[in-house]
Amino acid sequence: MTTAPNQSVLTPVLTKNWGDEQSWKLSAYGDYAAAKKAFGMQPDDVITAVKDSGLRGRGGAGFPTGMKWSFIPQDNPKPKYLVVNADESEPGTCKDIPLMMANPHVLVEGVIISSYAIRANKAFIYIRGEVLHVIRRVQAAVAEAHAAGHLGKDIHGSGYDLDIVVHAGAGAYICGEETALLEGLEGRRGQPRLRPPFPAVAGLYASPTVINNVESIASVPSIIANGADWFSSMGTEKSKGFGIFSLSGHVAKPGQYEAPLGITLRKLIELAGGMRAGHELKFWTPGGSSTPLLTAEHLDVPLDFEGVGEAGSMLGTRALQLFDETTCVVRAVLRWTEFYKHESCGKCTPCREGTWWLTQTLSRLEQGQGSAEDLDLLVDQCDNILGRSFCALGDGATSPITSSIQYFREEYLAHLEQGGCPFDPEASTVFATAGAKA
Amino acid sequence: MIDQKTRDELAEIAARYPEKRSGLLPMLHLVQSVLGQVTPEGIEACAEILEITPAEVSGVATFYTMYKRRPVGDYHVGVCTNTLCAVMGGDAIFARLKDHLDVGNDETTEDGKVSLEHIECNAACDYAPVMMVNWEFMDNQTPSSAVQLVDDLRAGKEVRSTRGPKICTWREAERVLAGFSDGLVDEGPAAGEASLVGLKLAADKGWTAPKGADQ
Ligand SMILES: Cc1cc2nc3c(=O)[nH]c(=O)nc-3n(C[C@H](O)[C@H](O)[C@H](O)COP(=O)(O)O)c2cc1C
Ligand code: SF4
Ligand code: FES
Repeated sequence: MTTAPNQSVLTPVLTKNWGDEQSWKLSAYGDYAAAKKAFGMQPDDVITAVKDSGLRGRGGAGFPTGMKWSFIPQDNPKPKYLVVNADESEPGTCKDIPLMMANPHVLVEGVIISSYAIRANKAFIYIRGEVLHVIRRVQAAVAEAHAAGHLGKDIHGSGYDLDIVVHAGAGAYICGEETALLEGLEGRRGQPRLRPPFPAVAGLYASPTVINNVESIASVPSIIANGADWFSSMGTEKSKGFGIFSLSGHVAKPGQYEAPLGITLRKLIELAGGMRAGHELKFWTPGGSSTPLLTAEHLDVPLDFEGVGEAGSMLGTRALQLFDETTCVVRAVLRWTEFYKHESCGKCTPCREGTWWLTQTLSRLEQGQGSAEDLDLLVDQCDNILGRSFCALGDGATSPITSSIQYFREEYLAHLEQGGCPFDPEASTVFATAGAKA
Repeated sequence: MIDQKTRDELAEIAARYPEKRSGLLPMLHLVQSVLGQVTPEGIEACAEILEITPAEVSGVATFYTMYKRRPVGDYHVGVCTNTLCAVMGGDAIFARLKDHLDVGNDETTEDGKVSLEHIECNAACDYAPVMMVNWEFMDNQTPSSAVQLVDDLRAGKEVRSTRGPKICTWREAERVLAGFSDGLVDEGPAAGEASLVGLKLAADKGWTAPKGADQ
């Protein structure tokens, strides 16, 4: 693993000012020097810098950001749009929300530079509705940036115009999927669109549109300020730069750890003071509930796009949810499956019907009813959803199930043998009495 | 009732967008702030302004979980019962609150003060178990802190978000979601404790990102 040249294990960039007094205010943030620098560059050179940095999308899929921007057909006479995906709803994912609460200006500055690069004069920040104070902070940052002349007409004499609209969603996980998000932003039910055409060609109002995650866009000012080489000096060969790793669950100090991509979970748990006292890691998600579960065998997997892929999962959003031996994996998986069933938008049959069937089969197993054949039935049901669904929500719904059967088949069988769950749910809570055992 | 002021504000929301229908989600938030829920009257008003059918508006309103077609309490309490929070204690908290308030999921207490709902992951898993009151964070809860919280809300005591301002009413919150500022932005901290653990550790150890042009 390559780390930053100075051997720093953590590399705060986006999180760097979160502890500062009133860090969300423009006066604490600075004067948008990176945006000013970008205005002195040709838009295509900004795209090149982001390409050269190796930045890959931080919203889950890891698509190269600069390349996405270069797909915008500049000869298309329609207006171009930038849309920031601030829907953050993938279970376990909790990085964009604290980022926008503490450091909204880095996002606004990123929006300015990115919009300038793709030649958009209107940008949208689509924030999930259930985070009131975060929405206040972003609304205020946009207003402050406007008042200071960083937004509006002929920004700092550059001849470039930009306005940002902050748009609050209304509760729908599927609106994190980029084409469903566009539907929501057009005032419709959030159901994914058929692709092609891709949003770069026909996105918002059938115009060329770039959709990027909050953290992707927030990384752009640092790349422009410090150069592509600076960014790519961190991380691994194909997964460059830093990212926020979110640790939650049965760990001594859950929270946000910003590090070069490629750090391991073993290292992160060590930084977080170990698992909670007297307990050990049982299973974890590397990047939210839609990424297949991993176990203590995978503590040394480099947390970059390639490393986690080779281990049979996905880096996703670096949402590291850690569960210790007190946790029933069947209960955990059933709950996620109920989530997917609830959030399925209903557009396609494999997901709409499939998630319903999965929930039925799983809850039977969880209650110790059914038979060992039900495990094969579950795997079969997953096969009929994976790759056959209209969007990645359906695929994601199968991840916890197939991976948990792969690693914990015995635990499913134990439910059948005992006629119910062998675990005491009390033991896995934060307020478990010290002596409570599974 | 939707009066002329509200109509004007609804039109103002629609005008923020290149195509006015884009305003529908925030417009429905404004409808909720005025009427306490999405009603046929609110649907009609949106439809008229956007020049679409009430059925189209209704189809949207029923798709998103934050839109309510029954009155909710002044304080809408959400308990995260997605896996991580559920395991860490969210299930126990939700069960205790149902019992204590004598309501089921998505129901309101008789005094109209508190409604209860189990919610999905609210992007605060590092503060599990998480509750929300009118979409403000109430981090690191226990069954007893949750009971205290709803008792305080019902008694009209001042309650503050653990990572935000004094809790306003649900209707006031919906107005902010519609894009109208309430001036509370500077209340509360920049970040909670869990958000800062990595930063503090880096400071202790002298770890930084490589030096760049801006340092
Ligand atoms: C069901 C589903 C939910 C998603 N939720 C989010 C989300 O909340 N935030 C996000 O940035 N990307 C989310 N994505 C990924 C987006 O579709 C898209 O890939 C991403 O916003 C692109 O930005 P990036 O290239 O900067 O990562 C989701 C995808 C799916 C299928
Ligand atoms: S996979 Fe599920 S969420 Fe995606 S389009 Fe089909 S029904 Fe909708
Ligand atoms: S699981 Fe409860 S906030 Fe994420």
